[in-house]
Parts: sequence; C-alpha cells; structure tokens
Amino acid sequence: MTLVCVNNVHKAFGDLQVLKGIDLNVAQGEVVAIIGRSGSGKSTLLRCLNQLEQHDSGEITIAEQQLDAGSMSPKELSENVGMVFQSFNLFPHKTVGDNVCLAPVVVRGEARADVEKVAREVLDKVGLADKYDAYPAQLSGGQQQRVAIARALAMRPKVLLCDEVTSALDPELVGEVLRVLEALAAEGMTLILVTHEMGFARDVADRVVFMHQGRIHEEGEPAELFSNPKTPELKQFISAVL
Amino acid sequence: MGPTLDFLTLLPYVSELVKGLTTTVVLTVVTTLTGLGLAVAVAYLRVNGQPWMRWGLGGYVEVTRNTPFIVQLFFIFFGLPGLGIKIDAITAAFIAMTLNLAAYSAEILRAGISATAKGQLEAARALGMSTLQSYRHVVLVPAFARVYPSLISQAIIVMLGSAVVSQISVFDLTYAANFIQSRNFRSFEVYLLITLVYLLLAFGMRRAFMLVGKRVFAYQQGEQR
Ligand SMILES: Nc1ncnc2c1ncn2[C@@H]1O[C@H](COP(=O)(O)OP(=O)(O)OP(=O)(O)O)[C@@H](O)[C@H]1O
Ligand SMILES: [Mg+2]
Repeated sequence: MTLVCVNNVHKAFGDLQVLKGIDLNVAQGEVVAIIGRSGSGKSTLLRCLNQLEQHDSGEITIAEQQLDAGSMSPKELSENVGMVFQSFNLFPHKTVGDNVCLAPVVVRGEARADVEKVAREVLDKVGLADKYDAYPAQLSGGQQQRVAIARALAMRPKVLLCDEVTSALDPELVGEVLRVLEALAAEGMTLILVTHEMGFARDVADRVVFMHQGRIHEEGEPAELFSNPKTPELKQFISAVL
Repeated sequence: MGPTLDFLTLLPYVSELVKGLTTTVVLTVVTTLTGLGLAVAVAYLRVNGQPWMRWGLGGYVEVTRNTPFIVQLFFIFFGLPGLGIKIDAITAAFIAMTLNLAAYSAEILRAGISATAKGQLEAARALGMSTLQSYRHVVLVPAFARVYPSLISQAIIVMLGSAVVSQISVFDLTYAANFIQSRNFRSFEVYLLITLVYLLLAFGMRRAFMLVGKRVFAYQQGEQR
C-alpha cells in the first residue's frame, strides 16, 4: 500500500526554485533514504511532507489524505506524520517524560495515566527508560535525539521523517541513534530519512533517492545504486562522500 | 520642640500604619498577578492577533509607556466618570496599576518570546500543537526565564509607584504617612519609617520572586550557558 504519494511537487523561495517537480511514492513499511548535496532540496522536501513548508504546486497525499494549504490542521497531520530534527528541539523546561507525554495529552486529550505508560514504553524502546525524570540539559546529544525519536513515536505516526538526525552529534554518539532507527525499520515503521550516513543508507534503506538541484536525479535499491551509479552526478557525489 | 527623633510619637498611629501597609501589600500582590497575566495575553496577541488587535494593543502599550502613571491614574479615577463610568478609588488604583505593569511587562516578555528558537515552534507544530498550545506549553516558560530579572524590576517599580494612589485617597502606606504627619507634625519620623518599609517591601518582593523563579525555572540548573 502506498502511504506517501508525492506527485510533481514544486517549491520556490522567492526566485529560488528549490523543488522542481518531485515524484516519490513510499509504501507502508518502506525505508527510504534521501541523499544529495547541500542545497539540493532534501530538507525542503521533508518539510513539505509535514507542512512546515507549503508546496507551490503538485500533490502530496499521505494515507489517502491530500495535503494543501490549510487542508489539514497540525493536529490531523500529526496522526499521520512525525518528524525528528537535526537539532533535537527538545523542550528544555520539561523533563524527558513530560516531553514525551505533552503532545498526546495536549493535542489528543488522552488520559495522562495512559500516556505515561506509552511514554515509558517508547523510552524503553530507545533505551532511555531510566531518564524519565531527567531534564534535556542533563543528557548527551545522542540521548537527547533518542528522546526526540521517542517523543515522535508517542504520537503513533504512520510515517516518521528524519532530517539528518545524526549530523549534530559527536561521532561516537551517532551509532546509538542509528541503532534505534534500525530497530524501528525492522519493526516495520515507515521511515523517510535524509542522511549523510552512506553506510546506514546502504544497510538499512529499502531504497535510496539521490536528489540533485531540486529533482530526484537517480533512485534505486541501495546496493545497486551505490555500486553502480548511472549518472555522472551520483558518481561524483559518491566518490566525494565515501 | 528640639530636632530630636522621637518614634514614640508614632505609637498612637500604629493601626493607621498597619492599614496602609496592608493596602499597599494587597494592591501589589494582586496587581502583580493580574498585571503579569494580562502581559502574557498582550504579548501573545501583539504577535498572533488580528491586525486591528495588534494595532490597538500597540497603541495601549505606547500610550502607557509614554505618559506619567499619575496621569493614567487620574484619567481612570477622575476622567472616566465624565463618560459615565464611575469607579471607586481602590478599584481605580487596581486598574491603573494592572494596566501599567501589563504594558511594560508585555514588551519585556515579547523580547523573551521572540528569542525562542524557531526549532522549538517547529517541533511543537510537528507534534500537532496549535499556535496557542505551543505558546502555552513550549514558549512561555523559557521566555519568562529569559526575561525574569527585568520582570522582577518592573513589578517592584510598580509597587513603589503605587505611592501615588494616595493622591486619589486610597488609604495606602503613603496615605497613612501623610495622614499621621498632618496630625502629629512629625514628618521626619513618619517618612523615614515608611521609606524603610518601602525598602523592605522591595527587598522582600525580590526575594519572593527569586524563590518562585528557583522552583519554576529549576530546569536551568543542569544547563551550561
Ligand atoms: N525558508 C527559506 N527561505 C529561503 N531559502 C530557503 C529556505 N529554506 C531553504 N532555502 C534554500 O533552499 C535551498 C535548499 O535548501 P534545503 O534546506 O532543502 O537543502 P538541503 O538539501 O536540505 O541541504 P543541506 O544538506 O545543507 O541540509 C537552499 O539553497 C536554501 O538556501
Ligand atoms: Mg537539510
């Protein structure tokens, strides 16, 4: 079943055309890694998928609901899409537990006691059950990012968007976050991740999408794409990052 | 009568002093709460309200910050009855102090709010929160924490400024002093005494604010900044 359907999407900032006709279908349970040079429009594409940016033309459909300006409130959108950011964006004045519980309680109106149980489950899943009462500032970057993943999961999204979630981390902390994502992928979570971790893209993704100058330049199964790039741009990109 | 200090001359007036002090404290406590509460609403609506509302609130803030407090007080107490709105002195004092503190604090708070990282709002939105929900749960406490020292000072300024409500015959601490010295002619003693009382009130207020802040902003203790 196709969960996310992107059809000829364009997006410009002023005169700058950032997305120039993106077509992308993502099936339920699929893990798609988006790679590409800085400025190629990867973040913009992800941000269009949860309406942090509004696309100019084309269609985006998620779980059979079309996304247009104002067609879905943040609340409705959050039933389908979750997002994890490069800079964690945990709420500094809330404990780990409260960070995770906040949206289900406030947005969904779920009972606090039920939500706390879910929060402990998702925190356990990311290996941080013991940090329930800690504040974000007391955690390492890798731990903060895992809390951010747990926070997104507590809303039970159908697809999780991850924008370079390990780029702000010290190298020795990258692994713990990638392992969490890998476990999610193994559980059948639908993931769309922008990443510079080529090894991770190769090992975990079902499909790799290479973006170049606002278009999907090449895509395919990771092993094939990395060992046998067809376009000179991808060849060049791969030789530059590997 | 020589120029000697004689605080015993104030003894017969203890009940007036207590009454005045009580009024000043009650006025201060209530208007600090209402003023800061109103400031939150004003700061929020000045950023997120309809254009006419932003414009109107901008006008209120500018007028309040650029006119003397005593004139604002007189306008409410003596001016408004001209429009058929009659309020008693203590109510006028509450209103004037609340509006005054709210206007200054709203501006202070707005600076704290605008320093919110964009990522915080995006994270809140990605979790499904409305603008109002994200202000209430995500923006507000860190914004308060950022500008807390300025808010404390502002609340103290308003407490000290409350002395002028004696001019519309609210029986506050200053009114009590004026009343006493008109009876016993001991102005030096009585004004020295209330000077000390105001000083203690200001210190006490700062201390109370700090204690509240230490609890509410406890999350900052682990932060290195
Ligand atoms: N809000 C914005 N306003 C104006 N220009 C923007 C905005 N957001 C992104 N851009 C521009 O759009 C282009 C694509 O940006 P985007 O963030 O999507 O790239 P990216 O592929 O994610 O790059 P990176 O790998 O550096 O994160 C860049 O040139 C960027 O400067
Ligand atoms: Mg990016």
